[in-house]
Amino acid sequence: MTPVQIVFILCAVLILGSALMVVSTRKLIHAALWLIVTLFGVAILYAILEAGFLAVVQVAVYIGAIAILFIFAVMLTRRELRDKSPQLRKNWGAAALLGLLAFAGLAFLVTSQPGVGRTAAAMPDGLDTVQALGKSLVSPQAYLLPFEVVSVLLLAALIGAVYIAFTRKS
Amino acid sequence: MSIPLSWFLILSAALFCIGLFGVLARKNAIAILLGIELMLNAVNINLVAFWRYLDPAQMAGQVFVIIVFAVAAAEVAVGLALIISVYRRRNTVVADEIDMMKW
Repeated sequence: MTPVQIVFILCAVLILGSALMVVSTRKLIHAALWLIVTLFGVAILYAILEAGFLAVVQVAVYIGAIAILFIFAVMLTRRELRDKSPQLRKNWGAAALLGLLAFAGLAFLVTSQPGVGRTAAAMPDGLDTVQALGKSLVSPQAYLLPFEVVSVLLLAALIGAVYIAFTRKS
Repeated sequence: MSIPLSWFLILSAALFCIGLFGVLARKNAIAILLGIELMLNAVNINLVAFWRYLDPAQMAGQVFVIIVFAVAAAEVAVGLALIISVYRRRNTVVADEIDMMKW
């Protein structure tokens, strides 16, 4: 057991435990707060994988924007479905079975592939991943077009969200 | 780094299946969106792990994660706007009761 393995295991326990709380806790506001813990654990994983920029973006965008948006939505739709009524559908057992089956299938597939036991090589010398990422996002030979398309998608989605949630005074 | 690749893949499979359970089993539409977020994060873990373990000089994995971030933000913005709009009109957030478009 190396230290990084211990960190990984603690992080995995944090992620899976808080994810189970997200899908099982009765109060929705608590589910949204547990989601923040899950997202933070995933950010730690990115840091373990030496993707520092993504770890920062995970905290800034996911925790800072998306999780806060969830908390606002929970607060704005509070009155319905209070803590007394069941939060799970009647056939949640079938859903749990399907989840377990999917996990068993995925785990079998993953472990039966050759080469999944490999460990990562050291990062190549002189590779600045943030610089390489930035250059590949604005280089026409690399990912300029997908990057621009996704920015247009985000703009369209935000305009659509404003339009949908807008209250008309009539 | 001494962690086998399979650890990351198993962890992300488990996170994906927890999210799948959340999507299938929860009544509340916002909770369903929370489950979708868990699934998207599982996908991102896979992408970053493959980027790191196969060829860190190729940035495709990280670029794809950034695109998934943007798509997740768009999905949450539109989804929550729809839920809030439906809540204003129908006073419900239960996904089963939102059936205005059912023929």
